[in-house]
Amino acid sequence: MPRIPEAKNSILKAGERAPGFTLNTTPDQSVSLKDFLGRPVVLAFYPADWSPVCTDQMGLYAQVMPEFRRFEAEVLGISVDGIWSHLAFSKDRKLNFPLLADFEPKGAVSQAYGVYEARTGESARALFVIDKKGVIRWSYLSPDGVNPGADGILAALEKLE
Amino acid sequence: MSKTYIPPQLILPVGDRDHSMGTPEANVVLVEYGDYQCPFCGAAYPVVKRVQKELGSQLRFIFRNFPITNAHPFAEWAAETAEAAAAQGKFWPMHDFLYENQRLLGSETPFVKEEASLGLDAARVGREVAQRAYSSRIEEDFMSGVRSGVNGTPTFFINGTRYDGPAEYEELLSSLRRAAKGSGSPKK
Repeated sequence: MPRIPEAKNSILKAGERAPGFTLNTTPDQSVSLKDFLGRPVVLAFYPADWSPVCTDQMGLYAQVMPEFRRFEAEVLGISVDGIWSHLAFSKDRKLNFPLLADFEPKGAVSQAYGVYEARTGESARALFVIDKKGVIRWSYLSPDGVNPGADGILAALEKLE
Repeated sequence: MSKTYIPPQLILPVGDRDHSMGTPEANVVLVEYGDYQCPFCGAAYPVVKRVQKELGSQLRFIFRNFPITNAHPFAEWAAETAEAAAAQGKFWPMHDFLYENQRLLGSETPFVKEEASLGLDAARVGREVAQRAYSSRIEEDFMSGVRSGVNGTPTFFINGTRYDGPAEYEELLSSLRRAAKGSGSPKK
Protein backbone atom coordinates (compact mmCIF):
# COMPACT_ATOMS: atom_id res chain seq x y z
CA MET A 1 0.00 0.00 0.00
CA PRO A 2 1.61 3.27 -1.01
CA ARG A 3 2.19 5.97 1.51
CA ILE A 4 -0.58 8.59 1.51
CA PRO A 5 0.90 11.95 0.58
CA GLU A 6 0.23 15.00 2.69
CA ALA A 7 -2.80 17.11 1.78
CA LYS A 8 -2.27 20.73 0.65
CA ASN A 9 -4.72 23.64 0.80
CA SER A 10 -3.66 25.36 -2.38
CA ILE A 11 -2.35 24.26 -5.74
CA LEU A 12 1.34 23.36 -5.81
CA LYS A 13 3.42 25.90 -7.67
CA ALA A 14 6.30 25.85 -10.13
CA GLY A 15 9.56 24.94 -8.41
CA GLU A 16 7.99 22.50 -5.94
CA ARG A 17 8.77 18.81 -6.08
CA ALA A 18 5.88 16.80 -7.52
CA PRO A 19 4.51 14.49 -4.82
CA GLY A 20 5.00 10.84 -5.74
CA PHE A 21 2.03 8.50 -6.15
CA THR A 22 0.98 5.09 -7.35
CA LEU A 23 -2.55 4.76 -8.71
CA ASN A 24 -4.44 2.09 -10.58
CA THR A 25 -5.24 2.59 -14.21
CA THR A 26 -6.81 -0.83 -14.79
CA PRO A 27 -7.83 -3.54 -12.30
CA ASP A 28 -4.37 -5.08 -12.45
CA GLN A 29 -2.12 -2.25 -13.59
CA SER A 30 -0.83 0.69 -11.65
CA VAL A 31 1.18 3.73 -12.65
CA SER A 32 3.72 5.55 -10.49
CA LEU A 33 4.97 9.04 -11.13
CA LYS A 34 8.53 7.79 -10.70
CA ASP A 35 8.07 5.46 -13.70
CA PHE A 36 8.42 8.54 -15.87
CA LEU A 37 11.58 10.09 -14.46
CA GLY A 38 13.67 11.24 -17.41
CA ARG A 39 10.64 12.46 -19.35
CA PRO A 40 8.26 15.39 -18.88
CA VAL A 41 4.87 14.46 -17.42
CA VAL A 42 1.58 16.29 -17.89
CA LEU A 43 -0.86 15.67 -15.04
CA ALA A 44 -4.42 16.62 -15.91
CA PHE A 45 -6.79 16.52 -12.96
CA TYR A 46 -10.46 16.71 -13.93
CA PRO A 47 -13.74 16.41 -12.03
CA ALA A 48 -15.38 13.39 -13.59
CA ASP A 49 -15.57 10.97 -16.49
CA TRP A 50 -18.57 11.35 -18.81
CA SER A 51 -18.98 15.12 -18.80
CA PRO A 52 -21.76 15.85 -21.28
CA VAL A 53 -19.90 17.73 -23.99
CA CYS A 54 -18.62 16.76 -27.39
CA THR A 55 -14.98 17.10 -26.92
CA ASP A 56 -14.17 17.04 -23.33
CA GLN A 57 -10.76 17.94 -22.09
CA MET A 58 -9.49 14.36 -22.24
CA GLY A 59 -10.77 13.82 -25.79
CA LEU A 60 -8.96 16.96 -26.87
CA TYR A 61 -5.69 15.79 -25.31
CA ALA A 62 -6.02 12.46 -27.10
CA GLN A 63 -6.20 14.32 -30.37
CA VAL A 64 -3.33 16.65 -29.50
CA MET A 65 -1.14 13.68 -28.45
CA PRO A 66 1.21 13.94 -31.46
CA GLU A 67 2.12 17.46 -30.28
CA PHE A 68 2.74 16.26 -26.71
CA ARG A 69 4.88 13.44 -28.09
CA ARG A 70 7.12 15.95 -29.83
CA PHE A 71 8.24 16.87 -26.34
CA GLU A 72 8.39 13.19 -25.32
CA ALA A 73 5.82 14.07 -22.69
CA GLU A 74 3.66 11.50 -20.96
CA VAL A 75 0.06 12.56 -20.29
CA LEU A 76 -1.83 11.21 -17.27
CA GLY A 77 -5.48 12.02 -16.58
CA ILE A 78 -6.58 11.82 -12.94
CA SER A 79 -10.04 11.90 -11.38
CA VAL A 80 -11.72 10.29 -8.41
CA ASP A 81 -13.65 7.91 -10.67
CA GLY A 82 -12.96 4.21 -10.24
CA ILE A 83 -11.10 2.03 -12.71
CA TRP A 84 -14.22 0.57 -14.32
CA SER A 85 -15.59 3.98 -15.13
CA HIS A 86 -12.17 5.01 -16.46
CA LEU A 87 -11.96 1.93 -18.66
CA ALA A 88 -15.39 2.51 -20.19
CA PHE A 89 -14.79 6.24 -20.61
CA SER A 90 -11.38 5.71 -22.13
CA LYS A 91 -12.74 3.20 -24.63
CA ASP A 92 -15.71 5.39 -25.53
CA ARG A 93 -13.59 8.49 -26.15
CA LYS A 94 -10.73 6.55 -27.74
CA LEU A 95 -8.20 7.94 -25.31
CA ASN A 96 -4.57 7.09 -25.94
CA PHE A 97 -3.11 7.83 -22.50
CA PRO A 98 -3.81 6.39 -19.04
CA LEU A 99 -6.53 7.58 -16.71
CA LEU A 100 -5.64 7.15 -13.07
CA ALA A 101 -8.17 6.41 -10.36
CA ASP A 102 -7.67 8.66 -7.34
CA PHE A 103 -10.28 6.52 -5.73
CA GLU A 104 -8.97 5.03 -2.50
CA PRO A 105 -8.26 6.82 -0.25
CA LYS A 106 -10.56 9.12 -2.19
CA GLY A 107 -8.86 12.14 -3.69
CA ALA A 108 -5.60 11.65 -1.77
CA VAL A 109 -3.38 12.50 -4.73
CA SER A 110 -5.59 15.45 -5.71
CA GLN A 111 -5.24 16.67 -2.14
CA ALA A 112 -1.46 16.26 -2.21
CA TYR A 113 -1.37 18.54 -5.27
CA GLY A 114 -3.76 20.98 -3.58
CA VAL A 115 -6.49 20.53 -6.19
CA TYR A 116 -9.24 18.66 -4.37
CA GLU A 117 -12.71 20.26 -4.17
CA ALA A 118 -14.07 19.03 -0.85
CA ARG A 119 -17.43 20.66 -1.60
CA THR A 120 -18.12 18.42 -4.58
CA GLY A 121 -15.85 15.52 -3.65
CA GLU A 122 -14.09 15.81 -7.00
CA SER A 123 -10.75 16.97 -8.32
CA ALA A 124 -10.64 20.50 -9.65
CA ARG A 125 -9.65 21.06 -13.27
CA ALA A 126 -5.96 21.55 -12.77
CA LEU A 127 -2.89 21.01 -14.88
CA PHE A 128 0.73 20.35 -13.98
CA VAL A 129 3.78 20.09 -16.19
CA ILE A 130 6.52 18.18 -14.39
CA ASP A 131 10.05 18.13 -15.74
CA LYS A 132 12.19 15.04 -16.23
CA LYS A 133 13.63 15.40 -12.73
CA GLY A 134 10.23 15.39 -11.04
CA VAL A 135 9.95 19.12 -10.37
CA ILE A 136 6.75 21.02 -11.15
CA ARG A 137 7.54 23.63 -13.80
CA TRP A 138 4.01 24.94 -14.44
CA SER A 139 0.69 24.56 -12.73
CA TYR A 140 -2.74 25.93 -13.53
CA LEU A 141 -6.04 25.85 -11.72
CA SER A 142 -8.90 26.43 -14.12
CA PRO A 143 -11.75 28.76 -13.09
CA ASP A 144 -15.02 27.04 -12.23
CA GLY A 145 -16.78 25.71 -15.27
CA VAL A 146 -13.98 26.54 -17.68
CA ASN A 147 -12.42 23.62 -19.47
CA PRO A 148 -8.76 24.41 -20.08
CA GLY A 149 -7.44 23.62 -23.51
CA ALA A 150 -3.98 22.39 -24.38
CA ASP A 151 -2.43 25.82 -25.05
CA GLY A 152 -0.95 26.32 -21.58
CA ILE A 153 0.51 22.82 -21.48
CA LEU A 154 2.20 23.20 -24.86
CA ALA A 155 3.62 26.59 -23.92
CA ALA A 156 5.02 25.10 -20.68
CA LEU A 157 6.51 22.10 -22.48
CA GLU A 158 8.18 24.43 -24.95
CA LYS A 159 9.83 26.31 -22.10
CA LEU A 160 11.32 23.11 -20.68
CA GLU A 161 13.57 22.70 -23.68
CA MET B 1 -11.35 31.13 -8.37
CA SER B 2 -8.86 33.49 -10.01
CA LYS B 3 -10.10 37.06 -10.06
CA THR B 4 -7.60 38.04 -12.69
CA TYR B 5 -8.69 35.41 -15.18
CA ILE B 6 -7.90 36.38 -18.73
CA PRO B 7 -9.42 34.18 -21.42
CA PRO B 8 -7.01 32.81 -24.03
CA GLN B 9 -6.27 34.89 -27.12
CA LEU B 10 -6.41 33.94 -30.77
CA ILE B 11 -2.79 33.40 -31.84
CA LEU B 12 -3.35 33.17 -35.60
CA PRO B 13 -4.77 36.53 -36.67
CA VAL B 14 -7.63 36.64 -39.13
CA GLY B 15 -6.22 37.03 -42.61
CA ASP B 16 -6.47 36.26 -46.29
CA ARG B 17 -6.23 32.52 -45.66
CA ASP B 18 -9.54 32.52 -43.82
CA HIS B 19 -13.09 31.88 -44.96
CA SER B 20 -14.80 35.11 -44.09
CA MET B 21 -18.27 36.63 -44.32
CA GLY B 22 -18.81 40.33 -43.93
CA THR B 23 -16.51 43.23 -44.64
CA PRO B 24 -13.01 43.80 -43.25
CA GLU B 25 -14.34 47.16 -42.02
CA ALA B 26 -16.68 45.46 -39.54
CA ASN B 27 -15.92 46.46 -35.97
CA VAL B 28 -16.56 43.02 -34.50
CA VAL B 29 -14.87 39.85 -35.69
CA LEU B 30 -16.35 36.52 -34.62
CA VAL B 31 -14.17 33.47 -35.23
CA GLU B 32 -15.63 30.01 -34.84
CA TYR B 33 -13.62 26.81 -34.51
CA GLY B 34 -16.09 24.14 -35.52
CA ASP B 35 -16.62 20.52 -36.42
CA TYR B 36 -19.29 19.65 -39.01
CA GLN B 37 -20.34 16.51 -37.19
CA CYS B 38 -20.54 18.04 -33.72
CA PRO B 39 -24.17 18.41 -32.60
CA PHE B 40 -23.29 21.44 -30.44
CA CYS B 41 -21.89 23.16 -33.54
CA GLY B 42 -25.06 22.18 -35.37
CA ALA B 43 -27.05 23.85 -32.61
CA ALA B 44 -24.85 26.96 -32.77
CA TYR B 45 -25.17 27.26 -36.55
CA PRO B 46 -28.59 29.01 -36.57
CA VAL B 47 -27.45 31.17 -33.64
CA VAL B 48 -24.56 32.49 -35.71
CA LYS B 49 -26.91 33.11 -38.64
CA ARG B 50 -29.22 35.10 -36.36
CA VAL B 51 -26.48 37.30 -34.91
CA GLN B 52 -25.15 37.90 -38.42
CA LYS B 53 -28.58 39.05 -39.52
CA GLU B 54 -29.02 41.21 -36.45
CA LEU B 55 -25.62 42.92 -36.59
CA GLY B 56 -25.38 43.19 -40.36
CA SER B 57 -22.30 45.02 -41.58
CA GLN B 58 -20.97 45.49 -38.06
CA LEU B 59 -20.01 41.82 -37.92
CA ARG B 60 -17.42 39.80 -39.77
CA PHE B 61 -17.60 36.02 -39.32
CA ILE B 62 -14.75 33.56 -39.83
CA PHE B 63 -14.97 29.78 -39.75
CA ARG B 64 -11.97 27.55 -39.02
CA ASN B 65 -11.89 23.76 -38.95
CA PHE B 66 -11.58 21.87 -35.70
CA PRO B 67 -12.59 18.30 -36.59
CA ILE B 68 -12.69 16.03 -33.57
CA THR B 69 -11.74 12.94 -35.50
CA ASN B 70 -11.55 10.56 -32.55
CA ALA B 71 -15.21 11.20 -31.71
CA HIS B 72 -16.65 12.02 -35.14
CA PRO B 73 -15.81 9.65 -37.99
CA PHE B 74 -17.19 11.98 -40.70
CA ALA B 75 -15.79 15.27 -39.39
CA GLU B 76 -12.61 15.14 -41.46
CA TRP B 77 -14.50 14.13 -44.59
CA ALA B 78 -16.90 17.01 -44.10
CA ALA B 79 -14.08 19.50 -43.52
CA GLU B 80 -12.32 18.28 -46.68
CA THR B 81 -15.59 18.60 -48.61
CA ALA B 82 -16.10 22.20 -47.51
CA GLU B 83 -12.50 23.05 -48.38
CA ALA B 84 -12.80 21.37 -51.76
CA ALA B 85 -15.92 23.45 -52.40
CA ALA B 86 -13.96 26.52 -51.30
CA ALA B 87 -11.36 25.77 -53.96
CA GLN B 88 -14.21 26.29 -56.46
CA GLY B 89 -15.47 29.42 -54.74
CA LYS B 90 -18.37 27.84 -52.84
CA PHE B 91 -17.18 27.48 -49.27
CA TRP B 92 -20.13 29.12 -47.52
CA PRO B 93 -22.90 27.36 -49.45
CA MET B 94 -21.26 24.01 -48.70
CA HIS B 95 -20.55 24.97 -45.07
CA ASP B 96 -24.22 25.84 -44.64
CA PHE B 97 -25.40 22.71 -46.40
CA LEU B 98 -23.23 20.52 -44.16
CA TYR B 99 -24.62 22.08 -40.99
CA GLU B 100 -28.16 21.97 -42.28
CA ASN B 101 -27.80 18.29 -43.14
CA GLN B 102 -25.63 16.93 -40.34
CA ARG B 103 -27.88 13.92 -39.98
CA LEU B 104 -27.00 12.88 -43.55
CA LEU B 105 -23.27 12.69 -42.85
CA GLY B 106 -22.00 9.24 -43.69
CA SER B 107 -23.84 9.07 -46.96
CA GLU B 108 -22.16 10.80 -49.90
CA THR B 109 -25.10 10.99 -52.29
CA PRO B 110 -26.90 14.06 -50.90
CA PHE B 111 -23.64 16.00 -50.80
CA VAL B 112 -22.70 15.05 -54.35
CA LYS B 113 -26.16 16.19 -55.47
CA GLU B 114 -25.68 19.48 -53.68
CA GLU B 115 -22.27 19.98 -55.31
CA ALA B 116 -23.94 19.56 -58.69
CA SER B 117 -26.74 21.98 -57.85
CA LEU B 118 -24.16 24.54 -56.66
CA GLY B 119 -22.51 24.22 -60.05
CA LEU B 120 -19.39 22.59 -58.67
CA ASP B 121 -17.28 20.03 -60.47
CA ALA B 122 -18.38 17.18 -58.18
CA ALA B 123 -15.83 14.76 -59.61
CA ARG B 124 -13.06 17.15 -58.67
CA VAL B 125 -14.46 17.55 -55.16
CA GLY B 126 -14.63 13.78 -54.79
CA ARG B 127 -11.06 13.36 -56.01
CA GLU B 128 -9.72 16.05 -53.71
CA VAL B 129 -11.58 14.69 -50.69
CA ALA B 130 -10.26 11.18 -51.40
CA GLN B 131 -6.72 12.56 -51.65
CA ARG B 132 -7.25 14.67 -48.54
CA ALA B 133 -6.01 17.56 -50.61
CA TYR B 134 -6.68 20.16 -47.90
CA SER B 135 -5.44 18.20 -44.90
CA SER B 136 -2.54 20.55 -44.21
CA ARG B 137 -4.84 23.55 -44.14
CA ILE B 138 -7.28 21.74 -41.85
CA GLU B 139 -4.41 20.71 -39.60
CA GLU B 140 -3.18 24.31 -39.55
CA ASP B 141 -6.66 25.46 -38.50
CA PHE B 142 -6.79 22.76 -35.84
CA MET B 143 -3.38 23.51 -34.35
CA SER B 144 -3.99 27.26 -34.40
CA GLY B 145 -7.09 26.48 -32.34
CA VAL B 146 -5.21 24.25 -29.93
CA ARG B 147 -2.58 26.93 -29.39
CA SER B 148 -5.30 29.55 -28.89
CA GLY B 149 -7.09 27.62 -26.16
CA VAL B 150 -9.84 25.94 -28.13
CA ASN B 151 -11.13 23.37 -25.66
CA GLY B 152 -14.02 21.83 -27.54
CA THR B 153 -16.42 22.69 -30.30
CA PRO B 154 -17.76 25.13 -31.03
CA THR B 155 -15.27 27.62 -29.59
CA PHE B 156 -15.73 31.28 -30.46
CA PHE B 157 -13.36 34.22 -30.34
CA ILE B 158 -14.70 37.76 -30.30
CA ASN B 159 -12.14 40.30 -31.50
CA GLY B 160 -9.44 37.78 -30.68
CA THR B 161 -10.52 36.84 -27.15
CA ARG B 162 -12.05 33.46 -26.38
CA TYR B 163 -15.76 33.72 -25.64
CA ASP B 164 -16.53 31.46 -22.68
CA GLY B 165 -20.27 32.06 -22.57
CA PRO B 166 -22.99 29.80 -23.92
CA ALA B 167 -23.46 29.49 -27.68
CA GLU B 168 -26.95 30.97 -27.41
CA TYR B 169 -28.47 33.95 -29.14
CA GLU B 170 -28.98 36.47 -26.33
CA GLU B 171 -25.64 35.81 -24.66
CA LEU B 172 -23.61 35.78 -27.85
CA LEU B 173 -25.35 38.87 -29.21
CA SER B 174 -24.81 40.90 -26.05
CA SER B 175 -21.11 39.94 -25.96
CA LEU B 176 -20.76 40.94 -29.61
CA ARG B 177 -22.53 44.26 -28.94
CA ARG B 178 -20.23 44.95 -26.00
CA ALA B 179 -17.22 44.23 -28.20
CA ALA B 180 -18.62 46.50 -30.92
CA LYS B 181 -19.00 49.35 -28.43
CA GLY B 182 -15.50 48.81 -27.09
CA SER B 183 -13.84 49.03 -30.49
CA GLY B 184 -13.62 52.44 -32.09
CA SER B 185 -11.70 51.24 -35.11
CA PRO B 186 -11.79 48.12 -37.22
CA LYS B 187 -10.15 45.12 -35.59
CA LYS B 188 -7.87 42.60 -37.18
